[in-house]
Amino acid sequence: MSGSYYVPAASHWPIAAVVAIALMAVGAGNELAYGRGGMLLVFGLLGIMWVIFHWFADVVRESRAGLYDEQMDRSFRQGMGWFIFSEVMFFAAFFGTLFYVRAFALPWLDGEGAKGITALLWPDFTASWPLMSPPSSEVKGPTGTVDPWHLPLINTVLLISSSVTLTLAHHALKVDKRFTCLNWLGLTLVLGAVFLVVQGIEYVEAYQQLGLTLQAGIYGGTFFLLTGFHGIHVTLGAIILAVMWLRLMNGHFSGHQHFGFEAAAWYWHFVDVVWIGLFLFVYVF
Amino acid sequence: MRSVVGLLTIWLLWPLGVAAKEGEGVDYGSRWNMTTGVTELSREVHSLHMIIFAICVAIAVVVFGVMFWSLIRYRRSQNKKSAHFHESTAVEILWTAIPVVILVAMAVPATATLKKIYDASESEVDVLVTGYQWRWRYEYLNEGVSFFSNLSTPAEQIKNQQQKSDTYLLEVDEPLVVPVGTKVRFLLTSNDVIHSWWVPELAVKKDAVPGFINESWTRIEEPGTYRGQCAELCGRNHAFMPVEVKAVSQDEFQQFLAQKRAQAEAEKASESKQWSKDELMAKGEQVYATYCSACHQPQGQGLPPAFPALAGNANMIEASGLQGHIERVLYGKSGTAMPGFAETLSAADIAAVVTYERNAWGNDAGDVVQPETINTMLGGEK
Amino acid sequence: MQMQTEHAHEPPRGWMRWLLTTNHKEIGSLYLLFSLAMLFVGGIMALIIRAELFQPGLQLIQPEFFNQMTTMHGLIMVFGAVMPAFVGLANWMIPLQIGAPDMALPRLNNFSFWLLPIAFGLLLSTLWMEGGGPNFGWTFYAPLSTTYAPPSTSFFILSIHIAGISSILGAINIIATIFNMRTPGMRLMDMSLFVWTWLITAFLLVAVMPVLAGVVTMMLLDINFGTSFFNAAGGGDPVLFQHLFWFFGHPEVYIMILPAFGIVSLIVPTFARKRLFGYRSMVYATASIAILSFTVWAHHMFTVGLPLAAQLFFMYMTMLIAVPTGVKVFNWIATLFRGSISFEVPMLFALAFIVQFTIGGLSGVMLAIVPADYQYHDTYFVVAHFHYVLVPGALFAIIAGVYYWLPKWTGFYPSESLGKLHFWLSVIGVNLTFFPMHFSGLAGMPRRIPDYALQFADFNMVSSLGAFIFGLSQILLLIVIYRCVKGGKPAPAKPWEGAEGLEWTVPSPAPLHTFEQPPVFDPQRDSPSRA
Ligand code: HEA
Ligand code: HEA
Ligand code: HEC
Ligand code: CUA
Ligand SMILES: [Cu+2]
Repeated sequence: MSGSYYVPAASHWPIAAVVAIALMAVGAGNELAYGRGGMLLVFGLLGIMWVIFHWFADVVRESRAGLYDEQMDRSFRQGMGWFIFSEVMFFAAFFGTLFYVRAFALPWLDGEGAKGITALLWPDFTASWPLMSPPSSEVKGPTGTVDPWHLPLINTVLLISSSVTLTLAHHALKVDKRFTCLNWLGLTLVLGAVFLVVQGIEYVEAYQQLGLTLQAGIYGGTFFLLTGFHGIHVTLGAIILAVMWLRLMNGHFSGHQHFGFEAAAWYWHFVDVVWIGLFLFVYVF
Repeated sequence: MRSVVGLLTIWLLWPLGVAAKEGEGVDYGSRWNMTTGVTELSREVHSLHMIIFAICVAIAVVVFGVMFWSLIRYRRSQNKKSAHFHESTAVEILWTAIPVVILVAMAVPATATLKKIYDASESEVDVLVTGYQWRWRYEYLNEGVSFFSNLSTPAEQIKNQQQKSDTYLLEVDEPLVVPVGTKVRFLLTSNDVIHSWWVPELAVKKDAVPGFINESWTRIEEPGTYRGQCAELCGRNHAFMPVEVKAVSQDEFQQFLAQKRAQAEAEKASESKQWSKDELMAKGEQVYATYCSACHQPQGQGLPPAFPALAGNANMIEASGLQGHIERVLYGKSGTAMPGFAETLSAADIAAVVTYERNAWGNDAGDVVQPETINTMLGGEK
Repeated sequence: MQMQTEHAHEPPRGWMRWLLTTNHKEIGSLYLLFSLAMLFVGGIMALIIRAELFQPGLQLIQPEFFNQMTTMHGLIMVFGAVMPAFVGLANWMIPLQIGAPDMALPRLNNFSFWLLPIAFGLLLSTLWMEGGGPNFGWTFYAPLSTTYAPPSTSFFILSIHIAGISSILGAINIIATIFNMRTPGMRLMDMSLFVWTWLITAFLLVAVMPVLAGVVTMMLLDINFGTSFFNAAGGGDPVLFQHLFWFFGHPEVYIMILPAFGIVSLIVPTFARKRLFGYRSMVYATASIAILSFTVWAHHMFTVGLPLAAQLFFMYMTMLIAVPTGVKVFNWIATLFRGSISFEVPMLFALAFIVQFTIGGLSGVMLAIVPADYQYHDTYFVVAHFHYVLVPGALFAIIAGVYYWLPKWTGFYPSESLGKLHFWLSVIGVNLTFFPMHFSGLAGMPRRIPDYALQFADFNMVSSLGAFIFGLSQILLLIVIYRCVKGGKPAPAKPWEGAEGLEWTVPSPAPLHTFEQPPVFDPQRDSPSRA
C-alpha cells in the first residue's frame, strides 16, 4: 500500500453518536427547563457510552489489523493534541473568571479602583478572598474555607505522583516490558481513584461543614466550577487509563506502536497540570 | 414580467411619496448625520466623527479610484496580456506605514476627547439613574427627591389606531430636570437587567449595569428638552423606555426641586386619608394606563396566552380574592412577565389600580381598597 | 458491524449513504446544502424583522416575537449559514487543493456535520416552547439571558454546546488535514491562500469555541444551580459575561471573514490572469489579523464603563487591525493592476466583495474611536457596519466561491446570464437595505427595537424594500444551482482560463475519490509563492 493513502471505511458510529447526543440534549433541556425528561437524558447518556465503546473498538480492531499507516497515526496525534489545546482554552475561561472576579469585580464592589463608586450600592460590603460574605445578605456565604494544606495537598501529591508513575509505565512500554508497564499503569489508576475519593470527601465536608456550596456566592461558584470540571476530567482520564490497562493486558501495544496509550498519557498530564493551577489559585492564593 | 416591473415601481415610488409628506417627528438636529448636540463635549464628539468620516471617505475614494481605474483600463478587451510582477517588499512596507500614520492621526484627538469625557470630578448636581424594566428612576442625591419616568405615548398610537404625535415614543410623564450651565454627574445603575441611558444631544451613552455604578456627566448650555432612548436590549419593552431631559435655569431648577418635595409630602399625607371610590377609580385608570396596559391592554382584554385578560377574570376577582389580587400586584409572579410593583408604585397608586381593576371594564367586585390597607400589608416598609 | 479490511469500498446506497458518508466531497455538499437552508430560514426571519420595521408602529408582530426573531436571525446566520458554508467549502476544496484523498479524520468529519442539524433543530424548536424562544439577542447578555430569560434558554445553551463541539472537531480535522495530508513536496508556503486562511481560521476556532462553551456553561449554572457568576449580589459581575463572550465573539467575526479573504485571493488572480500580488504578505497579514483579534474584544463594550486605560488599549489595538487588512485590500488591487481582467460571475461577486467589505471595514474603524462609539454604539450604524462585512462581505465571498467551483462540483458551468442577473439584483438590493442604515443609525435609531420614532421612518422604508429585493433575488441563486446540477454547458477540468491549483488537475465533475495516489507537486512550477 505504499505511496497511497489509507482512507477509513464509512461507519455507523458517528451517526449513532449524533442520535444519542440528540436524545441526551432533548432530555437534559426538558429536565432543566420544565423538570421532565430525566429518562431521555439517561438513555442518551447510556447511548453515548455504548457508541463510544463500539466506535473505539472498531478503531482498535482496524489498528490491530495493521490498516493504519504512519500518516493516519500522525493525524490521530495531531487531532488529540489540538483537542487538548481546546480543553486548555475551556479551562482558561474559568481561570479568567476567577482572576477577573478577584482583581476587578470584588474590589469595585468594595469601593476600590476605577469603579469604586459602586460601593454606594453595597455600603456594608468588604471584599476578601475567599469571599465569606457576599455583597447581598440574600446570598449566604460559606462559614469556612478548605484548608489547602490538608486534603488538597494530599491530592496534589497524589496527582503529581500519578504523572510520575504514568511516565514510568510509558518508559516500560517503550522497552516492551509489558508486565512492569501494567504495574505502573495500575498504580497510576489507583492514585487517580484515590484522588477522586479524596475530592469527594472534600465536597461532602464543604457542603456539610463549611456551608461552601454552589449557591454560596462567587467563591463557592468558582470553587466548584474549577474543581468540578477538573474532577470530571480526572474521571474521564481514569476511565481512559483503565481501558488502556485492559488493552495492555490483551497485548494491544508494542514498544513502537502504542498511540492509544500515549494519547491517554497526554490527557492525564494535561489534567495534572490543570490541577497544579487549581491548587495554586483556588486553594493557596 | 410587466406586472413585476409595475409592482416594483409602485414599491419604489410609494416611500418617496410618503417621505415627501412625512415631516413629523423630533430629530436631533439632523435626520441622517450625528447631531452636534448642545454641550461642549457633544460638539467635540461630532467634529471627531466628521474628521474620521472624512478620512475614511478619502481613503475610500483613493482605494476605489485606483481599483475602478484598473478595472476599466486593464479589462480584457483593452489589455490582452497581463503583466508578470507579483511582489515588492518596498510597496508592502509603504502601504503598511501609510495607514499607521493615518491611524495615529485619528488616535490623537480621540484620546484627548476621551480623557475629558472621563473626568467626572467636581460635579455640582448628582443624579442617580436607575434602569427598571421598562422605566427610568431618577434620584437627586442629597436632595431627597426621586421619581419614576415612564413612556407617555398612548397605546393607541403604537397600535396605529391614532395619529402619532411628533414626539412619538420619545416622550415621558416626568422628565429629568437639570439646570443649565452646571456640571451634572450621572450615576447609573439598574434594578434588573442591563439598560443603557442615552441622550444623543448630550453625547452621553452609558450602560446601567445591575449591582454596579457607572459614571458620566454633562454640562448643558442651552435650556430645552433633549430626548433619547434606552440603548441596550432589555426585554420586550426595550423600544418603549425613552429618556427625556429638560434643561432649565438654576431658579427654575430650585423651584422644581421644591415642588417635587411638596408633592412627595402631599402623597404621604394622602396615604392616611380615606379615599372615595371615584377618586380611586380616576387615579387607578391613570396608573393602569401607565404601568399595566402595555401587557394587560387598555381594556383589560390582555393578550392571551402570554398576558392574561383582567376584564372578566374570575380567578382574579373570586379565586384569589382581594388579598391575592393585591399580593400579585405587589410582588408579581416570578417566572412570568408579571413584575412586582411594591417598589415602583406608592401605596395610593396600588390601592387605586387594584380598585380600578376590580370595578372597571364590566368587572363588578364592588370592593374598594384604601392606601392604608396596602401600607399595613407592606408592614410599614414604605 | 462487519470489519472492513479493504480500503477501497463501495458507498452504501440510498439515504443511508448520506448519513454514513465519510467522503469529503459528500460531506462538503451536505454542509453547503445545510447552510443554504439556514440562509433561507435566517433570511425569512430578517424579512419578518424588516416587514415590521417598514413603518413606525406595531403592525405585524409583538415585541417579544420581534426579539426572538432578531436573536434567531443573528444566531442562525452566524452559526448556521456563514460558518457551515465555509466548512463546506473547506471540506470540498482543501483536500483537492493540497492533493489529499480525503480529510485526515473522515469519521469525525461525518460526526461534526451531523451534529449541526441536531443543534439547529433544537434551537429552532425553542420558538414553539412554553415561554417562547431565546429573546436576548445573539450576544445573550446576562442577566437578561439568565435570571430574566425564558425557560427554553437551557435548550439554547445545549444547542450552542453541540454546535460548538461540531466546530471544534471540524477545525481540528482541518488542521490535521493541512499539516498532515499535503502531497509530497508541498511546503506550507506553497499552499493556496484559501488553505492558509482556513488553517488560521481553524486555530481561531479551536482557541475560542471552548471559551464560548465555558461561558454558556456558567450561564447554565447561574440559571439552574444558583451560582452567581453574573450577579453582583453574590460577588459576580454581569460585565464578566461580556468579556468572556467577546473574547470568543470578536475572533468569531474574523472566523467569518478570513476564509472569505482566501476565496477572493483565488478568484481575483484567476480573472485578472495575473498572479496574486504579495503572496507572502497575504499570509503574514492573515496571521497578524488573527493574533490581533485576541486583543480587541472590549471594543464591543465601550459603553459598559471600563477604566480609561482599558478603553485606550482596546481602541488602539482595534485601529491597528486596519493595517494588515489594508495590506490585503491593496494586494488585491495590485493584482488587478495591469492584469487582463474579465468579468465572469465569480469575479463580479469577488470585486463587489472588495468594495463593500472595505466600506464595512472603514465604518469599523469609525466604531473603534471610543468617543464617537458612544454615539454609534447599539444603533443602526453598527447594524450597517456588520452587515456590510457579513452580507456583501462574507456572504458574497461564499457565493463567489460557489460560482467559481460549481463547474468542478457538477461538471457544468452555471448560467452566466442568470448569474449576472442574480449579481446585479443582489448588489442593488444589499445596498438599498444596508446603506440607509448608516443614516438612521447616525440620526439616533437604536437597534433591536420593533418600533421607532417618526424621524427614522423614511430610511427604514427604503431598507425594508431593499431587503425584500435582496431576499427574493436569492431565489435566483437556488435556480442557478439547481440548473447547474442538472446540466448546462459542460466544463473542462480547468474551466477558468487563468486558474491555478491542484483542484483544476482533476476532471470536472471531480470523481468521488481523487488523489488516491499523491499528485506530483513541483514548487518551482506550481507554488503560488514561486519566484
Ligand atoms: C465579518 C465580520 C466582521 C469584520 C471583518 C469586522 C471588522 C471590523 N470591525 Fe466589526 N463587527 C462585526 C463584524 C465584523 N467586524 C459584528 C457582527 C459586530 C456587531 C456585533 C453585535 O454587537 O451584535 C461588529 C461590531 C464592531 C464594533 C462594536 C461597535 C459597537 O457595538 O459599538 C467595532 C468597534 O470597534 C468594530 C470594529 C471593527 C473593525 C475596526 C474592523 C476591522 O477589521 C476592519 C478593517 C478593514 C478596513 C479598515 C478596510 C480596509 C483597509 C484599508 C483600505 C486600509 C486603510 C484604512 C485605514 C487607515 C483606516 N466592529
Ligand atoms: C452572516 C450574518 C448575517 C446575514 C447574512 C444577515 C442578513 C440580513 N440581515 Fe441581519 N443580522 C446579523 C447577521 C446577518 N444578517 C446579526 C449577527 C444581527 C444582530 C442580531 C442581534 O441584534 O442580536 C443581525 C441583525 C439584523 C437586523 C437588526 C435587527 C434588530 O436590531 O432588531 C436587521 C434589520 O434590518 C437585519 C436585516 C438583515 C437582512 C435584511 C438580511 C438579508 O441579507 C437577508 C437576505 C434574505 C434571504 C437570503 C432570504 C431569502 C429568502 C427567500 C428568498 C424567501 C422569500 C420568501 C418570501 C419573500 C416570503 N439583520
Ligand atoms: C410586562 C408585563 C406585565 C405588566 C406591565 C403587568 N402585568 Fe399583570 N400579569 C402579567 C402576566 C404575564 C400575568 C400572568 C401571571 C401568571 O401566569 O399568573 C399577570 C397577572 C396579573 C394578575 C393576576 C391575574 C390572574 O389571573 O389572577 C393581576 C391582578 C395583574 N397581573 C395585575 C397587574 C397590574 C395591576 C399591573 C400594573 C400596575 C400589571 N399587572 C402589569 C404581565 C404584566
Ligand atoms: Cu432598557 Cu432597553
Ligand atoms: Cu469585534
